[in-house]
Amino acid sequence: MSLNELYQNVILEHNRSPRNYRPMDDNDRKAEGHNPLCGDQLTVWVRLDHDIIQDASFQGSGCAISKASASLMTSAVKGRTRREAEELFGRFHRLVTGRLDPAEAETLGKLAVFSGVSEFPVRVKCASLSWYTLKAALDAPGHTVSTE
Amino acid sequence: MTAASVPTLASATPVPLDVERLRADFPILGQRVRGKPLVYLDNAATSQKPRVVIDAVTRFYSSENANIHRGVHFLSERATLAYDAVREKVARFLNAGSASEIVFTRGTTESINLVAQSFGRAMLRPGDEVLITGMEHHSNIVPWQMLCEQTGARLRAVPITATGELDLEAFDRLLGERTRLVALVHLSNALGTINPVRELVTRAHARGVPVLVDGAQSAPHLGVDVRSLDCDFFACSGHKMFGPTGVGVLYGREALLERMPPWQGGGDMIASVTLERSTWAPVPAKFEAGTPMIAEVIGLGAAVDYLTAVGLTAIAAWEHELLAAATERVREIDGLRLVGTARAKASVLSFVMEGVHPHDIGTVLDDEGIAIRAGHHCAQPVMQHFGVPATARASFAAYNTLEEIDVLVRGLRRVRQVFG
Repeated sequence: MSLNELYQNVILEHNRSPRNYRPMDDNDRKAEGHNPLCGDQLTVWVRLDHDIIQDASFQGSGCAISKASASLMTSAVKGRTRREAEELFGRFHRLVTGRLDPAEAETLGKLAVFSGVSEFPVRVKCASLSWYTLKAALDAPGHTVSTE
Repeated sequence: MTAASVPTLASATPVPLDVERLRADFPILGQRVRGKPLVYLDNAATSQKPRVVIDAVTRFYSSENANIHRGVHFLSERATLAYDAVREKVARFLNAGSASEIVFTRGTTESINLVAQSFGRAMLRPGDEVLITGMEHHSNIVPWQMLCEQTGARLRAVPITATGELDLEAFDRLLGERTRLVALVHLSNALGTINPVRELVTRAHARGVPVLVDGAQSAPHLGVDVRSLDCDFFACSGHKMFGPTGVGVLYGREALLERMPPWQGGGDMIASVTLERSTWAPVPAKFEAGTPMIAEVIGLGAAVDYLTAVGLTAIAAWEHELLAAATERVREIDGLRLVGTARAKASVLSFVMEGVHPHDIGTVLDDEGIAIRAGHHCAQPVMQHFGVPATARASFAAYNTLEEIDVLVRGLRRVRQVFG
């Protein structure tokens, strides 16, 4: 596994210019996530219309993997229902832990750029932090999640 | 701050280290990782082990293993002698007054917890104060927070300056009427700062306040003399000084250890037990309840012999050269900023790079076979002080080479390439 497969161009680009990197005043849901091991922390905001995620945004500090993951996640979940977002997280998590069927990987769209993470077990937490935080926001608003 | 209060490395000209010969003593260093020769620069986390230490542990389990202080048989007698001989060795290594001032623990963390729970709980009253510093490892913060919670005492911390030195004027202000103990780090694991421990001990003692020194990093790098430091407690870990994990040392002034109540109760720490009451064994046995980490202590003995044979003066001088070279060379890297630029430093180079998270630095370097640490180094208050979530840290040991610093610098250039 080469470094280029971990740090794919899409990831590097989202790290440099993360999408949806802003607080959201009119949010319906918000949660904090942190990874005590590396000190990463982020906040995820969500605006819902009934069950549909109208908008998602984040801010925080973290490595390229965690930042790009949050950037691509907030883009990917917009317009999806809560259930769809959770299902997407399930597939994403299987991808980064190397348990996803290659055929299924194609259904992940841009999120598939994180496939290299499965070869770097310590980076799985980096890639998943924003997703756990989103899940916490959707499940129980105001909670803090930790990867430990 | 006067010049005299800044500790510097020993100026005597030591016999230079034969680094290549030294490296040959460490079997792990010969390997390749990720297809590249291993460059191990994570020594502040744990050091590698020389063959003599590995062999001592293996030999103990292969032919010497028995429990100590309780057997009447040959093996037990021999294991007891070997275990207690290490106590003598460690006492000489730290220049303690006697072997009974050396308590074996699981590590620096346990040594500090022992002092907090035994000395601290017996001594502290509500409103009393424990004085630490802003550059402590969590292991020299959390035990005191727990103690303060239990006793109603208050924890205060000496702030650090922009270069990562202690604010000595603040130290004097914070050392007050209610201060009952000062606990401070000798050599900072996050910044590499060497604190003027001897000077601070003098100031604390002038007010009758005992001092605990966290020596986890200093013991393998500086050459420690507890009587010259004049500290009351000194804590260190075997695994950071070429020894096994799971063993550490608490040096305590004998008079203090004798006055302190035991911390953990059990076998080996008693003089007599009835169902109503027990009496305690003399120090240091009073603080070593249960079967200790015998093989690890034997391994620590081999590590102390090894360090002594190489010589701490020579080690400190070589590491000083490595650190100076690395400090100079990393200036070549665009956007790299050192975190911790104290005048007196040893063995630790902590840094951040603009636009690149330390964790990503760590991953790119790892791909080059270079092991560094990325994170908060169990010193989150230090990170908060410098306004960074984490740093990358290269930390050196005697077996590191100038060529490895070249590899590090090349690796950092690649980090710059990958992240632009």
